[in-house]
Amino acid sequence: MSLEQGLVYGLVALGIVIAFRILSFPDLTVDGSFPLGGAVAARLIIEGVPPIYCIAAAVLSGFAAGCCTGLLNTKLKINSLLAGILMMTVLYSVNLRIMGRSNIQLLTVDTILTPLENLDINRFIPIICLFFLIAFAVKFLTDIFLHTQVGLAMRATGDNEQMIRTLGVNTDTTTILGLGISNAFVALSGALVAQDQGFADIGMGIGMIVAGLASIIIGETIVGLKTVQRKTLAAIVGSVIYKLIISVGLRMGLAPTDLKMATGIMVILALGIPALKKEKQGKLHLRGV
Amino acid sequence: MVKIENIRKTFKKGTIDEKVAIDGLSLDIPDGDFITVIGSNGAGKTTLLNLISGTYTPDEGEIYIDSLQVTRLPEYRRAKYLGRIFQDPLMGTAASMTIEENLAMADLRGMHRGFKWGVSKGRRDYYREILRKLDLGLENRLKDAVSLLSGGQRQSLTLLMATLSLPHLLLLDEHSAALDPKTAQRVMELTEQIINENSLTTIMVTHNMQQAIKYGNRMIMLHKGNIQFDISGEEKTSLTVEEVVKKFGAELKDETLLS
Repeated sequence: MSLEQGLVYGLVALGIVIAFRILSFPDLTVDGSFPLGGAVAARLIIEGVPPIYCIAAAVLSGFAAGCCTGLLNTKLKINSLLAGILMMTVLYSVNLRIMGRSNIQLLTVDTILTPLENLDINRFIPIICLFFLIAFAVKFLTDIFLHTQVGLAMRATGDNEQMIRTLGVNTDTTTILGLGISNAFVALSGALVAQDQGFADIGMGIGMIVAGLASIIIGETIVGLKTVQRKTLAAIVGSVIYKLIISVGLRMGLAPTDLKMATGIMVILALGIPALKKEKQGKLHLRGV
Repeated sequence: MVKIENIRKTFKKGTIDEKVAIDGLSLDIPDGDFITVIGSNGAGKTTLLNLISGTYTPDEGEIYIDSLQVTRLPEYRRAKYLGRIFQDPLMGTAASMTIEENLAMADLRGMHRGFKWGVSKGRRDYYREILRKLDLGLENRLKDAVSLLSGGQRQSLTLLMATLSLPHLLLLDEHSAALDPKTAQRVMELTEQIINENSLTTIMVTHNMQQAIKYGNRMIMLHKGNIQFDISGEEKTSLTVEEVVKKFGAELKDETLLS
C-alpha cells in the first residue's frame, strides 16, 4: 500500500526537486497542478478517451500550468511565492470547470490500471511494478536531461543566475521550462493517483507541497544531495519512506485528520533545527524569497 | 573595436537620492587595447562595465561592439561578445556544479544550447589541458563541485571561463581585489598571460594604483562619471604612483587607491 503510494507520489517529490532544488524556485503551483492532472485524466476517461491519451493530456496540462507560473514570475515580475499561489487559486476554478463537479468516480470505468487489476494475482503487485517503472524512468530521464546543454543552463539558473546570464542564457526561458517540467511530473502523479484510488477530487492537492518537501528532506538525509542523481533518487526514496512513516503513524493511532499537521511539524522541525543551532545555511536555499 | 558614444546614466532620477553615475562619457577601444581604469568610489567604474555588459541600459548615448549597436540589447544577447569577471569569486561560477560543467557552460557562451550532452568527451581533454596551465592541480578534479575550491582557484577558473571562447571584450571588475596578496598576484599573472597570448581587448577596473600602472597599454581615470585622463604608450610606461597622486591627489582621496 504505502510502497505503491510512495512511488507514485515520488513523482510529485521529483517535480518539487526540480523547482525547489534545481531552480531554487519555491513553486506553490503544485497544490493546484496535482488535482489538475487528476481532473484532466478523470474527465477524459469518463468521456471515453483511451487512458494513455488521458495521461498524456494531464501531463501537458501540468506543463502548461507550470509555464504560466513561470511567465507570471519572469515576464510580469510577480514574486515567485505569489505567482505560485495565484496559479494555485486560479487552478481551483479551472479544475472544477474541467470536472464539472467536485468529484469524479472512476471505479466503474476502464483506466490504465484495469488490465493489471484483471490479472489473476494480488492487485498491488503489478501496480507497484508499473509505478516503480514509471517513477524510475522519469528519474533517469530527468538525470539525463539535467546533463544536457539546456539542463546545465537550467541548473546554473538556480545556482547562479547572474553568471549564466553573462554566458548568454535567457534565464526567463530556463525558469519557465523548468517549472513546466516540474508541474508536468506533478500532474502525471495526479493522473495516476486518481486512477489508482478510483476517483479525482477537487481537494486531492491540499498539502501536496508540504508532503513533498517532507519526502525530499527525508530522502536527502538518507541518500544525500551532492549530485543530480542523488537529488532525484532522494525524492523517490524519501517519498516511499514518508508514506511508510505515515501508515505506521496511522496504525499507531494517529488520527487521519491530524495527518497534515504532523507533516507540517515534521517539515518545520527539519527546516527550523539548523536555524536554532545557528548554522549558517538552512535546508533550503531559494531565490527571491 | 568597441565604441562608446556620449553615454549617460542617472540612478533614482527625480528623487532626492538622484545620482549621476555616468555623465556623457565617450571612449574608443581599438582591438588589442588593454585598458586599466582607476577612480575613487562612486566615480562610475563599475557602472561603466555594467552599461557595456547590459546589466544596465544607458539613459542616453550608444554603445557599439564591432559596429554592432548593442546599447539596448539584453544582457544574455550580447554575452557572445563579452567575458566578465567580478570581484567576488563566488559570482563567476556555479558552486553546486562540477568544474567541467562550469567550463562546458562557458564553452557555449552566446551559442544555441540544445539537447546534446553538456560536457562532450572531446572537449573534456581540452579542459584538462587548459586547467593544467593554471598549475593548481585542477586538471585532476574535473568532476569536483566548484564549491570545494578556494577563492583563488575559483577566480582562476572564472578567468578560464571568461576567456575560453575568446570574447571581443574582456571586462575585469577588480577581480583580484578579494584575494589574499599572493593569490591575487598569481591571478594577475595568469590574467596578463592569457590576455597577451590571445591579444584580448580588455578593460580592467582596479582599486590598486600600482596594478593600474603596471598592467595594460592604456590607463584611464574616471571622476564623477566621466574620463578625467586617458594616457597610453610611452607616457603610461613611465608613469609612477607619486606622479598620479601629485596630479590628481584631490580626486583620489580614497586611501585604498594608494595601497
